[in-house]
Amino acid sequence: MANTTVVLGVIGADVHAVGNKIIDFAFANAGYNVINLGVMVSQEEFIEAALESDAKAILVSSLYGHGEIDCRGLRAKCDEAGLKDVRVYVGGNLVIGKVDTGMVVETFKNMGFDRVFPSNVPIETALREISEDLGHTIKS
Amino acid sequence: MRYILCADFGSTYSKLTAVDLQTREILATSKAYTTIETHILDGYNNALAELEAKIGKLEYDRRLAASSAAGGLKMIAVGLVPSLTSNAAKMAASSAGAKLMATYSYELSGAEAAAIEAAKPDILLLSGGIDGGNKDVILHNAKVLAGLAHDMPVIVAGNKSAAEQARDTLEAGGKPVIVVENVMPRFGELNIMPAKSAIRDLFISRIVSAKGLDDAQAIMSAEIVPTPLAVFEACELLACKGELMAVDVGGATTDVYSMTDGTPTGANTIEKGLKEPFAKRSVEGDLGVRYSVPSLVGEAGLEALAANAGLDPAEVSGWLDAVCRDTSVVAERGTPGAAVDDELAASCVGISVARHAGRLESVYTVLGEMMIQTGKDLGGVQILIGTGGSVINSPGAENILRRALATAEDPFALLPRNPRLVIDTGNILTAMGLLSGINRDAALAIMSREFGL
Repeated sequence: MANTTVVLGVIGADVHAVGNKIIDFAFANAGYNVINLGVMVSQEEFIEAALESDAKAILVSSLYGHGEIDCRGLRAKCDEAGLKDVRVYVGGNLVIGKVDTGMVVETFKNMGFDRVFPSNVPIETALREISEDLGHTIKS
Repeated sequence: MRYILCADFGSTYSKLTAVDLQTREILATSKAYTTIETHILDGYNNALAELEAKIGKLEYDRRLAASSAAGGLKMIAVGLVPSLTSNAAKMAASSAGAKLMATYSYELSGAEAAAIEAAKPDILLLSGGIDGGNKDVILHNAKVLAGLAHDMPVIVAGNKSAAEQARDTLEAGGKPVIVVENVMPRFGELNIMPAKSAIRDLFISRIVSAKGLDDAQAIMSAEIVPTPLAVFEACELLACKGELMAVDVGGATTDVYSMTDGTPTGANTIEKGLKEPFAKRSVEGDLGVRYSVPSLVGEAGLEALAANAGLDPAEVSGWLDAVCRDTSVVAERGTPGAAVDDELAASCVGISVARHAGRLESVYTVLGEMMIQTGKDLGGVQILIGTGGSVINSPGAENILRRALATAEDPFALLPRNPRLVIDTGNILTAMGLLSGINRDAALAIMSREFGL
């Protein structure tokens, strides 16, 4: 159980399950211990799972455009729950409409997310960057 | 093997049931008053004399016993997150037949430690963290518990990576410790059987003696088990007849048992939270028709009780004062007191089953309205059994049980919709649970006949 544990799920009232399965597959293959909460996950569920599992990071997905509202306050709640050292990441189709990607990244970083992955980022890139942050050696 | 004697040592009554295994019949039952002051066997001997007056002296091949005397098996569960390992620990203790006095989460505070000390539990169940997960909280709690003056045995059923260190800490504090598998080894996965067996073993090896039941144990041919565990086993056996629930309304507590997987019965429903076990027991320490009247009234509300009973609130509180003064009072049929007692029992049934059942929450998604279910959906329950003196002795027993059913007022409560109502008129569930330990077929045959299933 020396593996790095990450918690992932699709936040809010979002039922998009395909991307969630891809992230699960990629991280499990890279040697992570993945706790996948599936779709329609609340902020509290992410935090509770991270608490019990001693997770190093929370990976939030959002594809239906309400990401900004759903993700607000997650960082603060983690800090409140004693998870100051847990990194939070977000990715997906984060905002509806033709908004500049740079602005989207800026918005979510301001909310306290360590990294933001808009929908055009390949999973390999996200996996590599997160692994660097967590000091996890990707199993090949 | 022919004649079996089943005994149930309660806090107010000792009950006996004589069974003929050959004819698969209950020969007779009897009960006698017991008090804390008198010897545990006085009530037993009086009940036996009553039994012999009915059916004569028999040679019993086996004598089986359950006990809820001296407050039952008092336990406290400690975990990390309320909805996760604390809940898992609570379910393990409940399924072992414990009377759960409290459940704590996160790092125990000084005030909580003092409350545990004051409650003097018979056993404490310590969990927290999935395997390989959080260690800090269970280790902190082990340290706090080790410092308590009350030397209760502790079962450690938490993160395997921290379990031994927790044990060492507790043992250094003079607490007897048993380490078993984690109640939640992987996230969201319940594993309550190892903790349940450890509780049963501890009850037999230490608690029976501590409760002054040694003399009773000496004349029995099998180990005394907690009464709710016997009822649990009777319900598990009877579950082959269909999805089943039982509600046991007592003077101090109300127990609810459900034997169903509780998967969604409605459309567009996603299950969330901890997947609860097929066989689940919950125990409500604040709901009962005598000792727990103050907390029951606080929960149900005096006005609502009076309205349901068709009485004036003043009349209701008059009777409630009388029962609180003397818990042994019995209302005469047809009096307002009897109506209030029926309503108290019905409130216990309604509130305890609602707490046991799962709930739906409506969420609007891009795909339209979806339902999120937490806990068990009891909508498909086919058999609902009512037991406990206040239910089985009431002419309105079925009406009392109906309070458990789903209503149009709260469509989000996943309550039984249309079960067959069964009253345990002969009060045989405990005895049949005990009997199932030595002869399942006979216990099932007797229950099927008695309950008309």
